[in-house]
Amino acid sequence: MQSHKHILEVKELTKAYNGKPAVAGISFGIPGGTCFGLLGPNGAGKTTTVEMMENIIEQDGGEIFYKGEKRSGSFNQEIGIQFQHTELLSFLTVKETLKTFGAFYQKHVPIEDVIELCMLQNIENNWNNKISGGQRQRVLLGLALLNDPDLVFLDEPSTGLDPQARQHVWDIIRGMKKKGKTIVLTTHYMEEAQNLCDTIAIMDKGRIIEQGSPGYLIEKHCQGENYPQDLESVFLKLTGKHLRE
Amino acid sequence: MSFKRMWALFVARNYEFIRDRAGFGWNILFPFLIVAGFGLIFSSDANSPFKLGVFPVSPGPVAIEKLDIPDRLKHAEYIKIVGFETRDEAMDRLLHHKIDLLIENKASRLTYWLNDSSPKGKVLEKIARESIVDERIFLGQLERNEIPGENIRYIDWLFPGILAMNIMFSSLFGVGFVIVRYRRSGVLKRLKATPVTAFEYLTAQMVSRVLILLFTSFVVWFGCDLFFSFQMQGSYFDIFWVFLAGTLCLVSIGLIIACRGTNEELANGFINFICWPMMFLSEVWFSIEGSSDWVKGAAQALPLTHFLSAARKIINDGATLSEVSFEMGVLLFMSVVFLSIGSFFFSWTK
Repeated sequence: MQSHKHILEVKELTKAYNGKPAVAGISFGIPGGTCFGLLGPNGAGKTTTVEMMENIIEQDGGEIFYKGEKRSGSFNQEIGIQFQHTELLSFLTVKETLKTFGAFYQKHVPIEDVIELCMLQNIENNWNNKISGGQRQRVLLGLALLNDPDLVFLDEPSTGLDPQARQHVWDIIRGMKKKGKTIVLTTHYMEEAQNLCDTIAIMDKGRIIEQGSPGYLIEKHCQGENYPQDLESVFLKLTGKHLRE
Repeated sequence: MSFKRMWALFVARNYEFIRDRAGFGWNILFPFLIVAGFGLIFSSDANSPFKLGVFPVSPGPVAIEKLDIPDRLKHAEYIKIVGFETRDEAMDRLLHHKIDLLIENKASRLTYWLNDSSPKGKVLEKIARESIVDERIFLGQLERNEIPGENIRYIDWLFPGILAMNIMFSSLFGVGFVIVRYRRSGVLKRLKATPVTAFEYLTAQMVSRVLILLFTSFVVWFGCDLFFSFQMQGSYFDIFWVFLAGTLCLVSIGLIIACRGTNEELANGFINFICWPMMFLSEVWFSIEGSSDWVKGAAQALPLTHFLSAARKIINDGATLSEVSFEMGVLLFMSVVFLSIGSFFFSWTK
């Protein structure tokens, strides 16, 4: 039993694929009601870390605690996940998709509220194979919020969205934080992380190489440097400018 | 286990199947086309098992009565006469097994050619030779008998095979291939992130597919029966249970294919690897009676063999459910084994 200070806590998490470590013993805790950003270049181990936290894949070593205890059967009832690359059942309408997923949970918010929150009114009767990539992102966000989760994992939630839709997603995330929900966010948009996250962990080569609030990281790594004073500068300074993958 | 979740998945899968008009239509149309095609073939003389070439004849339809060949060959059942203008053309067809025997028209004696590697050619040779023998020599030498009762037409024998074949393809592609595609596209991963369990998901998929296949089989049966008036010797209640057990077993094989992997090409190849031997060894199209023992033994290991055996016993011979209890037992046992394997190895993700 761990302290309940963190809604989610990982300790010495490891995972290897074909003997090659993808995650090499990372530890951190996420306080409830905050937005935690996990950043890193492609291949840094972010997706593997998040999928272990989501219970999608099993870790090779280490432990994960949810609300101070090992995850139980109720974990999936209390979390919401938005994957980036996920197709939906082609011949279901958006509304039917939400209803179907709603039935999976013991309790869920009214479908109409999710439709309104994610601005799906114009496409609610469209089949999933007839909606655009940006609209699908909003449907996937809606699915993640259906069960009014305490903990939400958002994997690049604004990828493929136009600036208006991105601002709207940011508003939704801020609204969730206000309601005391916890968000784990992975993104390649530094501006997004800087705007939304209370804490950011930067990963590279399977390890967390820096962690702190956006303000702290900028102050620590950009002070006196000839860089723009923003998170992107911190990121590039820590992970380098060479291309990955 | 939650029935609410299973029901939601069941309804969603049914919508997916019914709204995919191309797939749904093909599931109904394909067996219709096969049965209709065979109906046409077997109602015309194109099904004559022996093809006798005759040369030289004038171009156009062959005026059989004007041919100078033995009369008994002209009027023999199951022999189709094909005319050729030249000997070279006819010899080419004989060489390529397009005809079984070649006879020269208006020759002073019965002059014929055959392809020594053609079994049908050798049988037709005997028929041709017999055609010039005076039939009176058989008097007192032979006793001819016919089987009593109503004959089973080939189409009646074939029909259960066509239905079962359609169920087999639809089970394997509709479950195996579709779930592999869902895994590749991340649909399964999305479901894993919910409280849905593998048991709930697989049960919903299986029940949906079994019910859909029973429904489409009923529609095809009803539609085909309007045109061909199939002979049903047994009980519709009994045949329902055989189709249910057979479909359950074939869908269970689909679940084994679906349990792992994201490569649709590989799944496709694997399904074909399973389907084609079953199609030939399980007597969908023709009997394997007379084949070697190992072929018959291999056929007994295939669920389609037992499915078809039970279906034909009821449809063609009027057997009761208790008389096909062995086949039913094998189908149910195989279903349990396949389901256990499929469930044990099932993975949501890549």
